[in-house]
Amino acid sequence: MDRIRAGFHVECEEQIEQLRDALGIVEAACDRGCAPDPEAVNSAFRAVHTIKGGASAFALGPLASFAHRMEGTLEGLRSGTVPVDGATTKALVRATDHLADLVSACSTGDATSTEGPATADPFANFAPAGAGRATAAGDADQAWRVTFRPSETLFATGNEPLFLLQALRALGASGVTCDTSALPPLAGLDPDRAYIGWSLALPGDRDRSEIVEIFDFVEDVCKFAIDRDASDCETPPPVAAPLQAPRPGTEPARSIRVDLNRVDRVMNLVGELAITQSILSQSIRDAGLATHSDISPRLEALSALTRDIQDTVMTIRAQPVKPLFQRMGRILRETAEALGKPARLRTEGELTEVDRTVVEQLADPLMHMVRNAVDHGLEPVEERRRAGKSDEGTITLTAAHRAGRFVVELSDDGPGLDRPRIRAVAASKGLIDATTEMSDHEIDQLLFHPGFSTATSVNDVSGRGVGLDVVRTAITRLGGRLSIQSDIGCGTRFSLSLPLTLAVLDGMIVRVAGQVLVMPVAAVIESAAVRGLERRNLGPGRDLLRIRDKFVPVCDVADALGYRTAEEGPLHAIAILTEAEDEVRSALVVDAILDQRQVVVKPIRSILAQPRGISAATILGDGRIALILDPGDLIRSKTQAATPAASHHIGGSLG
Amino acid sequence: MGVNILAVDDSRTMRDMLALALGAAGYTVRLAEDGQQGLETLENFSPDAILSDINMPRLDGFGFVQAVRRIERHRSTPILVLTTEDAPELKARARTAGATGWIVKPFDAPKLIRALQMVVR
Repeated sequence: MDRIRAGFHVECEEQIEQLRDALGIVEAACDRGCAPDPEAVNSAFRAVHTIKGGASAFALGPLASFAHRMEGTLEGLRSGTVPVDGATTKALVRATDHLADLVSACSTGDATSTEGPATADPFANFAPAGAGRATAAGDADQAWRVTFRPSETLFATGNEPLFLLQALRALGASGVTCDTSALPPLAGLDPDRAYIGWSLALPGDRDRSEIVEIFDFVEDVCKFAIDRDASDCETPPPVAAPLQAPRPGTEPARSIRVDLNRVDRVMNLVGELAITQSILSQSIRDAGLATHSDISPRLEALSALTRDIQDTVMTIRAQPVKPLFQRMGRILRETAEALGKPARLRTEGELTEVDRTVVEQLADPLMHMVRNAVDHGLEPVEERRRAGKSDEGTITLTAAHRAGRFVVELSDDGPGLDRPRIRAVAASKGLIDATTEMSDHEIDQLLFHPGFSTATSVNDVSGRGVGLDVVRTAITRLGGRLSIQSDIGCGTRFSLSLPLTLAVLDGMIVRVAGQVLVMPVAAVIESAAVRGLERRNLGPGRDLLRIRDKFVPVCDVADALGYRTAEEGPLHAIAILTEAEDEVRSALVVDAILDQRQVVVKPIRSILAQPRGISAATILGDGRIALILDPGDLIRSKTQAATPAASHHIGGSLG
Repeated sequence: MGVNILAVDDSRTMRDMLALALGAAGYTVRLAEDGQQGLETLENFSPDAILSDINMPRLDGFGFVQAVRRIERHRSTPILVLTTEDAPELKARARTAGATGWIVKPFDAPKLIRALQMVVR
């Protein structure tokens, strides 16, 4: 029963998601002033209906009755008695929030108080007891006389008088007489029609409703009468109809719920398998066996299989961001309401899938960002009107896969960042010197400074202490980056990029100053020999290379990581054109490209400061450790002070 | 041979419950998620009785019952519809579609079995 109950909560969540989807469609139609798609209304109705059905099954009174009320409104929409307008849809959206609260209250709250004592009957607490058995004492002495005559169409409905008689016998029927007066001659008999009627006696202490219930299915396809019988009748003890006992069996379920820990364990084991397979392949090649036998194709097959397993395990954990986005819709509504700023959420790419852990970890930072966007990003209504914008602000949340990373963008259509004010606030708080020359980009970065807040009052919306610095720290901890872009008058956009997963990576194995490094293939656009490329120099450390008629900045990987300085006369051999998640292209220069393969990502434990330009490490087929490059960070580190990273320091701390 | 039941409901919870209750009572149960899938199941399954929800995506209970009745083999297979309202017009609609009877939700296992015993061996 607990299993079914847990399943019910999962189903409720799914139904609420369906309900939100459907209401979104209704809302959009309403905004355009057209009639909503009837299927959307039906879908919403069905979702609420399903929740109601389950809730009453589990005797979850408040949930069932609220769902019932909601269902009434949706039924009204369906039949046209309730108008489809903004007020109705808003009420329904809010009601959905409440419904979601009731569902989670039922799953966390002490729902057991509504249940009776534990019992073997799984449905014991399922429904209120049937009608009372109290009978008028005076009548109990008098037996019931029941007569019924099926109409000719009774069989066509799938009913069978035999079962009625059996049920009546179970109530203690006796003295059965058969009325064959309507029976036609054999020649004229239609076997699909009912001709025979019955009359019988039942014990007087039976409740009338018990008898009526038997005729529930046939009341419109038979004539029946239940009367008190004056004549005496002997009532034999009831004979319980024995139930046949066929083998129980059910259709196998199409999905199962699995503990996430088990999936994670499989994931780790597959990672180990991939490394072992890679080491084995290398050993066989080194031993010179591969070329002399049919080992080679089998090794290939093993490698393909390992990769397949890895991909499949990944998809098990992958989840669309949709539920996360829907939660943000609610945060936005509540924030907008609390601040009296009308706002709506627009979402794109909500079916983008990303590792479950990433979705979970993203919820809190994203929530702060949404609140922040409504609170600080959107201007008050009067200001919006002056700027010729609609009263209602729009917050857009998009998700996409870009350059092998998962990118979420949150933008508002507010006035953009007030940079003079940000500067003034930062100066007044002593974060900067008021006279310092600062670029727009540098001013924007002040928002991420710990303790920075432009809000003049501490309200309960953005909240004290949880500023953008906290959000950025949380994102960085996930291996992500948070950046900000703002255009005066048109709004502000936050971009958040995260790795798709922390488990595997398609890597290009490169050599730099004698070190073997891994470049994420997803970031690579193309590679070319440096020798054949036109080169320009715009000053110290500002080299450009011309690739496909475009000059791109050059980053010497060996120099950036501190393996050797640019002045040492590097053996610049290959330029790898990369694109970071902010779509900025750069050329990374390495000595050679050695191989391309999937590597298992081993995070670098936090006891070390995260070296710039390095995202993680891996173990190669020969058992050596190789660092995995983070091209975007590498390029940024070149413009700032690069922190040299030495691989031998990191080797001992792999996860 | 046991008594075979086809239960059609779009709610997984309801399907779980029906499977549990019917299984415990010794029936053999096949499940379908909506009317359409119910019809597909019937292509190679001849149940002794059918239980069907009304509100379902793709093909609802009324449509499903009508379609079943058009199949010669299932012309008189007992069909019970599961409803949440005890409304006469709903029952009338179900009857017109060809339903044998109805079970008003919420129902407990004894009520479910009692109702089934009214229509199958």
